[in-house]
Amino acid sequence: MARFLARRLLFGLLVLWIVSGAVFVLFFVAPHDPARLIAGKLATPQTIALVNHRLGLDRPLSEQYANFIWRLLHGDLGYSYYSNAPVSQLLASRLPVTVSLALGGAVLWLVVGIGVGVAAARRPHSLVDRGGAVLMLAGLSMPTFLVGLLLIYFLFFRLHLAGITWFPPGGYVPLTQDPLGWAQHLLLPWVTLAAVTAATYSRLTRSSMLEVLGEDYIRTARSKGLSEDRVVYRHGLRSALTPVVTLLGIDLGTLLGGVIVTEQVFGLPGLGQLAWQSVPTQDLPVIIGTVLVASTFIVVANLLVDLGYALLDPRVRPS
Amino acid sequence: MTVTAPGQAAADAAAARPGAIQGRGPWRLAWERLRRDPVAIASAVTLVLIAVAAVAAPTVAHAIGHGPDDQYPTIGLTPAGLPVGPSRTFLLGTDNLGRDLLVRILYGARISLMVGVVATVLATVAGVVVGLAAGYLGGPADLVLSRFMDMVLSFPYLLLAIALVSVFGSSLTISMLVIAFFSWAAIGRVVRGQALSIREKEYVEASWSVGSGAMRVMFVDILPNLLAPVLVLATLLVPAAIVFEATLSFLGLGVPPPTPTWGGMLSDSLAFYQVAWWFPLFPGLALLATTLAFNLLGDSVRDALDPSAGRAGGGGGR
Repeated sequence: MARFLARRLLFGLLVLWIVSGAVFVLFFVAPHDPARLIAGKLATPQTIALVNHRLGLDRPLSEQYANFIWRLLHGDLGYSYYSNAPVSQLLASRLPVTVSLALGGAVLWLVVGIGVGVAAARRPHSLVDRGGAVLMLAGLSMPTFLVGLLLIYFLFFRLHLAGITWFPPGGYVPLTQDPLGWAQHLLLPWVTLAAVTAATYSRLTRSSMLEVLGEDYIRTARSKGLSEDRVVYRHGLRSALTPVVTLLGIDLGTLLGGVIVTEQVFGLPGLGQLAWQSVPTQDLPVIIGTVLVASTFIVVANLLVDLGYALLDPRVRPS
Repeated sequence: MTVTAPGQAAADAAAARPGAIQGRGPWRLAWERLRRDPVAIASAVTLVLIAVAAVAAPTVAHAIGHGPDDQYPTIGLTPAGLPVGPSRTFLLGTDNLGRDLLVRILYGARISLMVGVVATVLATVAGVVVGLAAGYLGGPADLVLSRFMDMVLSFPYLLLAIALVSVFGSSLTISMLVIAFFSWAAIGRVVRGQALSIREKEYVEASWSVGSGAMRVMFVDILPNLLAPVLVLATLLVPAAIVFEATLSFLGLGVPPPTPTWGGMLSDSLAFYQVAWWFPLFPGLALLATTLAFNLLGDSVRDALDPSAGRAGGGGGR
């Protein structure tokens, strides 16, 4: 077990190294001149040279990379080219927004996805099953920005015209400052995330539940005279949810690193927005910082999922 | 379609239909289930209609007399420079540059279907080859290939897609390649798992014993038994690719203008939805009809091939 863990951790570090290296290379392959962007169009060559010198961009590429890795090993992600703020501080200030968005969305899509999936599995090929599938898949079939804009149009714009102002179209209020405002501002983004994600969960719950309901111990439970609800929820759902938990781990890992589109549509200052805004300004330390955080979440989530599997099911435990 | 040996689908089908006496292969059984599935038929009809619309785009454009990139600043825009609504001249209205929305949606069907299908074919071929090699060869080859697939799956893909497109510039080819690159590993992992278990079957051993080479065993003995899950995954990948293209367009990284794509039209329309409802509505409906039909068809095909099948599919960037 310890060896398995060590191997996976090593692999995770390898992924982080390769991903950050790839972004580093991509940046220098692309036409780039952050010094000119910073100094402005009217800057003299001397000014630009000075800016380049200050950013360390005048050194050889190998030296820049060595410096980057050296600082990274000491937990230093560098400073933003623009705001001069430490990248770690920027990331820390954006993280609560993305975490609020991802976790709230996850709660919503789990409730809807599992609910619809169980209902469908109890009566396969019924109207509930068919109708639920079409409705869920409609969400999956739309680009996220379209779902978000439909919600803004109907629940903000049209209601606003009618004098109802329940749903703000965007912005973020910290949880610690005003819990109600926090939830109110995040409601539409949560629904957006849930709408495009719930289909995967209802499908998975349905097929997993159908499989479980065919098992012998379910028949035993029924023959004991337990109520159908008890059989389904107490005995069936528990084991049917194993693959759902796996998928949830991977999805959360992906989303916690930034929910680019949803944050963009609703103007939420999260990690995704930070990354997205740093690309046109060629703010390399910030781009690498966000990519590293995003990959770390994915790697850790995968590790936890594998670990959970290995603990639950001895058969997948690697030798 | 001939199948070397009865697979899981056949076993399930036999169990599900104990009364069947007539010998029917798993594909035949699946086909008969599909034919009785109204959702599958409706989806298939929708997709055929959309394909016909894509093929007929130049004909319709010729009949109407408006090209996809023709701008009509006088009759196609209001005096204030805004899109005009549906009328006899412009059946579905115009866009922000005074172009015929109907003609552009028809041409958009060609691009969107092409992006979806080409990206899917690339991803499927890559996923099948790598997954099959990993699952069949095993040992160090499996270790390297599996870790590589895991690595691709651990990329924050939308972020890296943004980085890639900003480096190489946006074009139709780049869009398709980027989508394929971030999709093949999911198929590869499923194929590897299946190949791993099929490799242990007796008929594969039989094939070895009569002197079949690795290529023959992989592609003639194992591959046909993987077609069912691969077909389902591929059907579900097409709508994901179309949605991904729309997402790239929204982020300003999609197929560059003036090429008409549904995603591009949708993101162009965002500034105008309050004054020109037709502008986002019709491209949105075209996109939704296509992706929903593919998703429903994929679901039905999976149900038909293997009523107890597991998970598949993915989103297009959130």
